[in-house]
Formats: sequence, structure tokens, C-alpha cells
Amino acid sequence: MSMPFYVSPEQAMKDKADYARKNIARGRDGVVIQYADGILFVAPNPSRALNKISEIYDRIAFAAVGRYNEYEILRKAGVRYADLTGFQYDRQDVTARGLANWYAQTLGSIFTDSPKPFEVEIVVAEVGSSAAEDQIYRITFDGSVNEEHGYVAVGGRADRISAVLKEHYSDSMSLPAALATAIAGLAASANGDRIEIAASQLEVAVLDRTRAHRTFRRLSGSRLESLLAEVAQVGAAAEAVQEAAAPPGEQSSAGSGSAESGVAESGESGEVSGGSTA
Amino acid sequence: MADSNARLTAAAYLTARTSSFTDLLAAAAPDLLPGARGLQVRADLAKELPHGTTIVAAAFAGGVVMAGDRRATVGNMISQRDIEKVFRSDEHSCIGIAGVAGIAFELVRLFQLELEHYEKLEGRQLSLEGKANRLAGLVRGNLGGAMQGLAVVPIFAGYDTEKETGRIFSYDVTGGRYEEQRFYSIGSGSVFARGSLKKLYSDGMDEADAVTACMEALYDAADDDSATGGPDMSRRIYPIVATVTADGYRRLTGAQAGSYAEAVVASRMTVPDGPQASLRDVHGRAE
Repeated sequence: MSMPFYVSPEQAMKDKADYARKNIARGRDGVVIQYADGILFVAPNPSRALNKISEIYDRIAFAAVGRYNEYEILRKAGVRYADLTGFQYDRQDVTARGLANWYAQTLGSIFTDSPKPFEVEIVVAEVGSSAAEDQIYRITFDGSVNEEHGYVAVGGRADRISAVLKEHYSDSMSLPAALATAIAGLAASANGDRIEIAASQLEVAVLDRTRAHRTFRRLSGSRLESLLAEVAQVGAAAEAVQEAAAPPGEQSSAGSGSAESGVAESGESGEVSGGSTA
Repeated sequence: MADSNARLTAAAYLTARTSSFTDLLAAAAPDLLPGARGLQVRADLAKELPHGTTIVAAAFAGGVVMAGDRRATVGNMISQRDIEKVFRSDEHSCIGIAGVAGIAFELVRLFQLELEHYEKLEGRQLSLEGKANRLAGLVRGNLGGAMQGLAVVPIFAGYDTEKETGRIFSYDVTGGRYEEQRFYSIGSGSVFARGSLKKLYSDGMDEADAVTACMEALYDAADDDSATGGPDMSRRIYPIVATVTADGYRRLTGAQAGSYAEAVVASRMTVPDGPQASLRDVHGRAE
């Protein structure tokens, strides 16, 4: 009989974290961003059936990247948690904070207890009656929770996307401006330069604070196309402004030259081997 | 209790395989299920509880309307004069209830959540038939209570997006589900309301006519049944009226319902028994 090798807890946790991080980075990213009338969710997703963005409750939505079957389990569990809490108490007693806590505990115990951690990164957002009351939480595979303000990116290239979002984000943007910002951010993760994002390749949804009862609304089909047309105009206008402000040759500040080669590598591997993590 | 519940249900949330909220409750928190399960209730208890009374529903070209009076009674006492007994169940359907109010409201809450829960988990709305069948299951769940006198009977109506028509379903306490043609009524004043609708209803009538016919029917029910409340003109409490069409559920505002109710009351000032059906001309509607 062979003795099992001793593995230090530090090493075990590091291995799990590396494994989760590596696999999340193979998939695509997602962006959640506030705009004047609510919160916008954008994720590149060619599938019409397998959603990355979903409604949880009246004012709460969920976005995830990573392994589909795993975040689908979490999404359904979140709906169950929210519906049961709302039934037991009242609809206004279901909050993003409570849900984020529940996710944190669940993901934390899965990370510690099971041999394989969940390869997911999720965002739980709740739209308030004003932008100041909006809440956005990012929860990672090990159960860490971060409260975010304004915008958040998830996925392997979140840092790079966040840098672009930070540059373009401003408080109470219009919906097309917010979508333009989100797309600019996601484009930075692809190849450094702007990518062509068609309506059929994007999953877009909003929590619209002007709506009563259930505020979640998917934007797809003709509604999304007309919105993207507006985005193209906003984009053209922004470019013209940039061109006027910056001397020629330095205008494409979005991707920032030094990171470009790294972006290309990870972007490509995402396309080739990211099948299961879509 | 909430804490122990949360701990118990964490695993249930993650591993549940059902898209039914009621099944989730049964597995994760059975004590939250409504109804008088396993309780022995005094036989005369029902007499001391508030009861909801009359609901009418009628299909019209392109949809369906449901209206309910505002009275709740305990025996011969009026326990509430502005109770609401017609509810939105989801974007394309509505539900009205008659019977023991406490259990009825819990049933409605559960049914609303059942539809929403399924929609969120599965990413699609149930078919109208599917919704009607699910409601039958929930009504059957209260059979134990019904045997002890705590009966609840709903009426369900909605717009069938497949068949592009309004449809009405009635139920009995055992969960029997019956599709009704054209119009239907439940509750203590339903006999009078149905008789009234029978004379006023015509196929292919438009939404406004259907709402008027329902108002007349509720007036007739209140005229002959003491447990049904008529339009309360002094307090401006009017029946709740909801319509469901391809555009979704819409509840008339108090002012809109009021203008229909006022028209009915005004006409009754001259003709107390309401519109007269034509005795000889069976082809046309009475004018």
C-alpha cells in the first residue's frame, strides 16, 4: 500500500485557484455597466439558447462567465433562493446583498470542500430607484465578493477591459453610450483593435428602473439592431472628438500598445480551445 | 428558524431538479405550503372566516375580461368592502377567487410564483393549458381543507398566444378543471351573474361591451345576493376589472372602472332591472 503524498493546504488551494483561473480565462468575458435609467449587461455569446445573463428577481439580474453547466446550476439556485425568500417574507425583502452573500458562502464552501472548484465568475446586480442605490457585486470562484461602482468586467481579461471602461465611463450615460462603452471594453479583450460585433453575436439585457414590477428586459432582434445603429453613431462621434483632441497616430488609446501581443495570444486560445466554456 | 431553513435549503437549491415552485417548497420548506394540511379544524370555523364572493369572466374578440365585486363577508356581516379578488397571474393570464379569503390569497400568491418561477428557470412561459393544469394541481392540494369547510375555488382566464383567443377555465375543490365557453361566473352571486350574462352576452362583442356586460352581471348579482357588493358610489369603490389580450394583462384604473359602473347605475335609475332581452327577435341583441 502506498502512502498518499502530503500536499500543503497552501499548495492545494493554489492549484485549485490556478485551475479555475486558467479555465475561466479560456472563455469569453462579460461587462456590467450602469447607465442613467438602470444597469446594462453585455456578453459576447453566439448562442440564443444558452444564456449568460438572466433575470433572478424583480430588480435583480445575474451575469456569469466560465463553464456553462456550473453557472447554470448557480443561476437556478439563485432563482430558487430569491423566490423562496420572497414567498416567505415579502418581495421587497429579496436583495442583491443577500443573494451575493448566499453565492459567496456557496462558492466558498465548494472551493474548499470539493476536489474541483467551480470555473465561474459571476455578477449579481440590483437596480435601485436612483443610480446611487444601484448595487453591483462580483463574486469569484473562491467565494470572494467585491462591491463595484459604475461598471465591472468579468472573465480572464477583466483587468484589460476594466482599464478601457474606466477611461470611457461617466455617470448617468445614455443607454447607447453605455453599450458603446461596453463594446469598446469587450473589443479591447479580443485583439487590441476594434472587433466587429454583430447583433447575433451579442447577448444584451438591462435592468430598467423605469419599469414597474419585473425590471429585467432582454434586448434582442430588431430592438438590439436599432440600438447598435445608435451605438455606431455615438462611436463615430466619439472618434471624431478623439481625433480632434489627440494628434494623429495616438488616437487608438483603447488597447494600449504594450498589452497588444498578450491580448492576441489569449484571444486566440479562447477562440480555439474555449469550446466547452463558450 | 430562518437560519436553519437557509442551511437546510442550500443543498436543495443547488440540487433541485424541478421547475415547480410548489415542489421546491415541498422539498425544501414544507411548513411554508399553504392550506390546512394535517390540521383538524372545527366544523363551524368556516362560518367565522372572511369569504370572497362573486367573480365574472367573459371572452371577447381578441381577449378576455374578468371582474370581481369588492365585498368579503363573515356570515351575515360585511368584513371588508374594498377587498380585491381578481389578480394578474402573469403577463397573459389572470385569476379570480371565491371562498375562504385567507387560503385563497395564499393560493393566488403561490400560483403567481409558480408561473414566474417556471418562466425564469426554463426561459419560456407555460402554455395556457399548462398554467390551467398547474392551477388544478394547487387547488387539489387544498382538498383536505375543503373537506373541512375551508373551500377555495378559482376562476382562471387568459389569452392563448397559440390559438390567439381568450379562454376561461373553472375548477371544483377536487382540482377538476373545466374549460368554459364564452362566459362564466363563480362565487355566491354567480347564479344571478351567469343568468344576467347569458342574456347580455353576444359572440364577437368588443372589449368595452364585454366590460359593460360584466358590470351589469355584477350589479344583478349584488341585487339578489346579499354577499355580493354593488358599486359603492359614495365611497367610490368599484369592481376590479382586468383584461387580457395579445398585448398582455391590463387592469382598469379606478376611474375607468368607475365610469363603467356609473353608466350601469345611471341606467338602472330608469330601468331598475337592467337591459331587457328581446323576446321575439332571437337573432339580434336587445337594444
